[in-house]
Amino acid sequence: MMTKTPIRMIDLIGNTPLIDLARISAEVPGVRLAAKGEFFNPSGSVKDRAARAMILGGIESGELSKGTTIIDATSGSTGISYAMIGAALAFPVKLYLPANASAGRKEIIKNYGAEIVETSPLEGSDGAYTAAREEARAHPELYFYPDQYNNPANPKAHYDTTGVEIWDQSGGMVTHFITGMGTSGTLMGVSKRLKHFNPEIRIKAVQPNSPFHGIEGTKHMDSTIKPGIYDESAADGVITVTTEAAYEMTRRLAREEGIFAGVSSGANVAAALSYAKTLPEGALVVTILCDQGTRYLSEHFWESAK
Amino acid sequence: MSVTFHIPTALRAFTDGKREVTAEGSTVGEALSNFAASYPDIRPHLYEDGGELRSFINVFLGDTNVKNLDGLSTPLRGGEVITLVPAIAGGAS
Repeated sequence: MMTKTPIRMIDLIGNTPLIDLARISAEVPGVRLAAKGEFFNPSGSVKDRAARAMILGGIESGELSKGTTIIDATSGSTGISYAMIGAALAFPVKLYLPANASAGRKEIIKNYGAEIVETSPLEGSDGAYTAAREEARAHPELYFYPDQYNNPANPKAHYDTTGVEIWDQSGGMVTHFITGMGTSGTLMGVSKRLKHFNPEIRIKAVQPNSPFHGIEGTKHMDSTIKPGIYDESAADGVITVTTEAAYEMTRRLAREEGIFAGVSSGANVAAALSYAKTLPEGALVVTILCDQGTRYLSEHFWESAK
Repeated sequence: MSVTFHIPTALRAFTDGKREVTAEGSTVGEALSNFAASYPDIRPHLYEDGGELRSFINVFLGDTNVKNLDGLSTPLRGGEVITLVPAIAGGAS
């Protein structure tokens, strides 16, 4: 049955549930782990929030208008969000991805009708970033370049929505927040909002333990181009995680919590669990389940049944 | 047999910034091991504590993933190019 006013796809972004990780929390008696189920967003990831904010910002400022192509660099999830929103709002989308971005992600982007330009897998995300920026600068008349790494609308989306939701859904009980960084938008926005509600809330950033890693969508800040929106002081410290631990927790989420999420979600929960082990009873640690596992089905780590 | 490794940006901090490094070996695994021995700081980034290659690393001989050949036992003739690529890309979203 139709509601009185049918809803637009982009209005379904946000208001994701805060999910109790009951079985994994059981390893740390007295401490609770909970995670925002960002795979409930319409294109399946947390990136819908920032992509919507940046695109609507472009429309409002006049930089994005009929006939303009949205162009940006991504390892996949923001690209999927741009492609979904671009399709819904009738804007062409052109995306620069490292050639080793997962095959599933590239297929989804193509099926939304967006164009993909693959960049060298040796250069990782920085190679895609540099190529997208060069193309956008060479033909400014053709493109709207949201530049997710440097656009304040990215962290602001999380300040305005994700941070408020975590506070409300935890009944103001959240004591710790921890998440990984790609553009760092989620961490910057949520951190600022939660500290505004309660300055005692501790914030930790999750980082791969090596610059050479397989945690898709996550940046090793010290060895890569730092996003303009990134402010190291927004976090009260860093928890590192190995690719192997991220893979293992991704499998555990599926098998123990019924949550079929992606690798960066596994990294976040693995780091949250190791952090939780250092915390006093009564702590409520919140993290982010960034995206779905279905877009990684082509990856071999699912085959490892430990 | 001498082969050339193309070094990803993420690992160049451990190869004195070099984009290409040569190493000797009669198989892909042996050349990789000799390469890691030349730059000892790189070893923990490539191998597990038990000495196995970390599971997320794909090794390409020319354009072919060695998983589709004989893995690390794939023989070398000399002059080939070997590239190390994480199974999935880090970083951009």
